[in-house]
Amino acid sequence: MGLATRIIPCLDVNAGRVVKGVNFLGLRDAGDPVEIAKRYDEQGADELTFLDITASSDGRDTIVSVVESVAEQVFIPLTVGGGVRSVADIRRLLNAGADKVSINTAAVQNPALVEESARRFGSQCIVVAIDARRVPGSDPLRWEVFTHGGRKSTGLDAVEWGKRMQAAGAGEILLTSMDRDGTKQGFDVELTRAFSEALDIPVIASGGVGGLQHLVDGVKLGRADAVLAASIFHYGEFTVGEAKAYMSAKGIETRLTDG
Amino acid sequence: MHIAVVDYGMGNLRSVAKAVEHVAPDRQVVVTDDPDRVASAERVVFPGQGAMPDCMRELDARGLRPAVIEAARTKPFLGICIGLQMLFERSEEGDTPGLGLLRGRVRRFPAERMVGADGSKLKVPHMGWNEVRQTRSHPLWAGIPQNARFYFVHSYFVEPADPGLIAGETHYPAPFTSAVAGSRLFAVQFHPEKSHHAGLKLLSNFVAWDGRTPAAAQSPQAALTGTP
Repeated sequence: MGLATRIIPCLDVNAGRVVKGVNFLGLRDAGDPVEIAKRYDEQGADELTFLDITASSDGRDTIVSVVESVAEQVFIPLTVGGGVRSVADIRRLLNAGADKVSINTAAVQNPALVEESARRFGSQCIVVAIDARRVPGSDPLRWEVFTHGGRKSTGLDAVEWGKRMQAAGAGEILLTSMDRDGTKQGFDVELTRAFSEALDIPVIASGGVGGLQHLVDGVKLGRADAVLAASIFHYGEFTVGEAKAYMSAKGIETRLTDG
Repeated sequence: MHIAVVDYGMGNLRSVAKAVEHVAPDRQVVVTDDPDRVASAERVVFPGQGAMPDCMRELDARGLRPAVIEAARTKPFLGICIGLQMLFERSEEGDTPGLGLLRGRVRRFPAERMVGADGSKLKVPHMGWNEVRQTRSHPLWAGIPQNARFYFVHSYFVEPADPGLIAGETHYPAPFTSAVAGSRLFAVQFHPEKSHHAGLKLLSNFVAWDGRTPAAAQSPQAALTGTP
């Protein structure tokens, strides 16, 4: 027995509430973040990720109080991302009780931010989030980095960008397939595998989970070190415990709640 | 009397303080960089994050070294992560001298040996939940199942010169020391403050600990160097 594959429920937070987008058409309310975090914690989640999707800057303070309340009651690692632009933002989230902060668009705009924050706070708390999209017709397969929630193309090769972020001091990569995100068709396992083979730091697969076999595929085919999912957990389709039991039955080592 | 969490400006101590407060609601938990507050504490938590050269530099910049050494020798003392590594003589990370309270060194996971049983590449940092085999009984393990999983995140591990110091062991892929027990100190590579029930249990055991490590399992060699 050794290191367990992590299952990480992701909570999108808008103005202090957990929400879930439905095919980019609108946001459905999925509940109170503290209640949901506690429920996942009880179910055996290995970590929790909060993604702040609040558009207005005044709404941004709410994520800090959400993190504070969750950290009082939940003693597993908490990652917070969304709109992180500066060392001051990172410090504020860490002080609120976050264990890791995820940097996405700001890393592309200012790669020195990753370097500086890793040096200042340690690589262990710096996650670089990469939103990647397949380059149509590429052979061998290639992916491009997108920013601003997947809307803006950067021209950067995703795998090369991942290597550069690893060198800059990222402790982990949160890798989202923009082709699969919201589709429930499963991870882009080729993308996940390309990253996992190219990098030495852990890769969290994200985007596209619609069922439990997708989690298994992310690990077995994609070689993901951790799997992140949102909607399959939010509406009670599956509990984290059921996901772990399924993965465990397929030969993946997990931290089972009864162990 | 308070419980001091030593703050030398590296990383995030909020999680540690919150978890200790959670298991000891009737005690005062003080996050401090004041050597006097460390000296006057009933017990001391010595956490650590980031790179060891920076941690040692910041510890000295705040004049905390003597207070930490004294605390480790005289009162219940819990080292966490880099707070474990700093107790040893030397780390490969930046070839940094540590506090030298425990004999031994700190090594990086060797890249060429990071291969899993199925041939897959094992990542560094070692990040996530792994099992800890308790290699000896100790008051801090009370009520924690053998091979319970704790949350780890680190790229370096300790190699005590005296095997008698080892209190817990973890595999990645080779066995490494994930907990040590000295005469009044206990130190762990994992993060009890992030390790759910097992971690909170360890912290609550620490808060209740009288600082005595059962003599029967002590190594004949002195666990602490430099003690009279």
